[in-house]
Amino acid sequence: MKKNNQMLVGIISSVISIAVGLLFGFILLLILNPAKAGMGMGTMLTTAFSNMDQFGKMFYQAAPLLMCGLSVGFAFKTGLFNIGASGQYTIGAFFALFGAIGLQLPWWACLLLSCVGGAIWGIFPGLFKALFNVNEVITSIMFNWIGMYLVNLLLANMPFMLSAYYGVGTTDRTAALSDANPSAIIPTGGLNHIFGNSSWINISMFIAVAVAILMWVILDKTIFGYELKACGFNKEASRYAGINANRNIVLSMIIAGALSGLGGGIYYLAGTIQYVLEKSILSMGFDGIPVALLANSHPIGTIFSALFISYIKVGGSAMQPNFSSETINIIISVIIYLAAFALLTKIIIAKFLQKSDKKEVKA
Amino acid sequence: MSVLANIISLTVIFAVPLLLVALGGMYSEHSGVINLALEGIMVIGALCGCFLLRSFDLSGFGPAHPQLAMFLAVLVAAVSGMIFSLLLAFAAINLKADQTIGGTALNIFAPAFAIVITWAVQGQGQTTIQIPTWIRITQETFGMEKTDGFFATMFFKYQYLTTFIAVVLFIAAWLLMYKTRFGLRLRACGEHPQAADSVGINVYQMRYAGVIISGFLAGIGGLAYVIAVGSGFSSSVGGYGFLALAVMIFGNWKPFNILGSAFIFALFKVIAAYNSSIPFLPKFEGLKDQSSLYQMLPYIVTMIVLVFTSKNSKAPKAEGIPYDKGSR
Repeated sequence: MKKNNQMLVGIISSVISIAVGLLFGFILLLILNPAKAGMGMGTMLTTAFSNMDQFGKMFYQAAPLLMCGLSVGFAFKTGLFNIGASGQYTIGAFFALFGAIGLQLPWWACLLLSCVGGAIWGIFPGLFKALFNVNEVITSIMFNWIGMYLVNLLLANMPFMLSAYYGVGTTDRTAALSDANPSAIIPTGGLNHIFGNSSWINISMFIAVAVAILMWVILDKTIFGYELKACGFNKEASRYAGINANRNIVLSMIIAGALSGLGGGIYYLAGTIQYVLEKSILSMGFDGIPVALLANSHPIGTIFSALFISYIKVGGSAMQPNFSSETINIIISVIIYLAAFALLTKIIIAKFLQKSDKKEVKA
Repeated sequence: MSVLANIISLTVIFAVPLLLVALGGMYSEHSGVINLALEGIMVIGALCGCFLLRSFDLSGFGPAHPQLAMFLAVLVAAVSGMIFSLLLAFAAINLKADQTIGGTALNIFAPAFAIVITWAVQGQGQTTIQIPTWIRITQETFGMEKTDGFFATMFFKYQYLTTFIAVVLFIAAWLLMYKTRFGLRLRACGEHPQAADSVGINVYQMRYAGVIISGFLAGIGGLAYVIAVGSGFSSSVGGYGFLALAVMIFGNWKPFNILGSAFIFALFKVIAAYNSSIPFLPKFEGLKDQSSLYQMLPYIVTMIVLVFTSKNSKAPKAEGIPYDKGSR
């Protein structure tokens, strides 16, 4: 009963955060352009349901978001802040694309490779924290940049990976999978017929949901998961209880990295988007932070928060050109800001619930 | 020789934002608050400063009184940084929120806000605010003849008011930290807030002071970054806020060490940005896109340096822990 109550409090506080975030966004739109604010907000909130194509796009974007959210959430459970999901995601995408274009592997093998890539990038923050006591936030941020430049460097020196090699387009992006290796595209599983031939939809959302359930089992039903959470609650106490905290920190970051890496693989193996050589860090990894925070880092809750963030993102890109799609990031930042003092709101909500409980008892 | 003069003057101008922002981080952390929002504060400072410079340019006030206009822009950048940092202070001090998450929220907010505002002011798709050229300090500013010898290049090729302001603020930081009652109290709040409270120091007030001063410095740092890069402001400060955090850690939370590490990092940044025009660097002929290799360098060096310095780090002991009067 008590656990149920806790979950209810968590969900209520997330819903309040979302409502305040949306309200803030609406006020901003009103200030920027009062005449079009109502329409802009309407576009943002309805586009994803307006037609099957956009509906499919929501699922397509939700899958990598879910993976990054799981990654950040998993690290949170061990008391680590994985702000490096972006770098792990980038390396994962590169590994997947290298498997697909360079090694001509089928899609599932490429996805496994993307996990390996992300895991390798997750080792660094974990190891640096465990061995040298360097704050994982700084390490992750540095490895975001290193990862991005490394992928640029590698791709520039692998001409066979680029679309120019296949005679289409330029050297600033990877080859389209339909030209290079159609078997590496994640299958649609017949979903495209249901979604009105939407080019976005494939089975990636099912893969992501399956991974989310797996993470829930690991965290809640295994000894390993219990040890990880114990480290998150109190590192010293868990060490006293005989848990190897340093090993758990590294393992937790490896798993978190693999999750983000798989997100990168899922996104770029859909066959609809090519990796473009970047000058700034990919935002997908950062979007994993609000996804995890909204869900209180609970793997099952992450599924819904990923769908929500993807939902307003799809709406946000439809708001252009009247409003910049960056409005969505402002709303997301407000939601994160509120989540930062979630503890306070939770205490207030819990008190409120307790009062209403007592009233019922009296009656 | 002119290459060397160029490198020296570029290193100085790139070190200025790093120094200012790292000093900002130092104030905040000595008071006990981890300021991860430095990056976002820089963006807000740069946004406000650049908009003011732009309006001075359009109104004609700027070209007429360039250094006065520049000084006002620095002031506006500083004040906007202070106001924005209040958001972090409120969450971290009053609401006892998780400081890393609060900082991350501000870091996501700032660039998005900057893009939305820049669009609204300049029109759709106009995402870059151009910096006017008259802000540069040249020999003509001092009524001298224009020359281009070694020292002329070193002192005047990339010379802006922000460099002098940084020197003043650096000296002020050292004096304030180690020679005043305020500095001692601030540091006490970051080391052992309960002890500080027991002798009558208002910990909440001191922490507010620490965060607001860091907002002041990071705001100026944002403007200084845009000036150093020189290609206008497009809603990003390129990870400099995070680099400044690394500079601060490498500088062991002390002003003089921070000055030194800011110069080392700036040098690597200059090498990364201008590697193709520096003659004595290895060129890696067989490799395409060598610039990516050089651009990774500052971050890799940061990591190596952190590995060697973190063992005997002098981090404030109570940083990141919300102060609760009731707890023991």
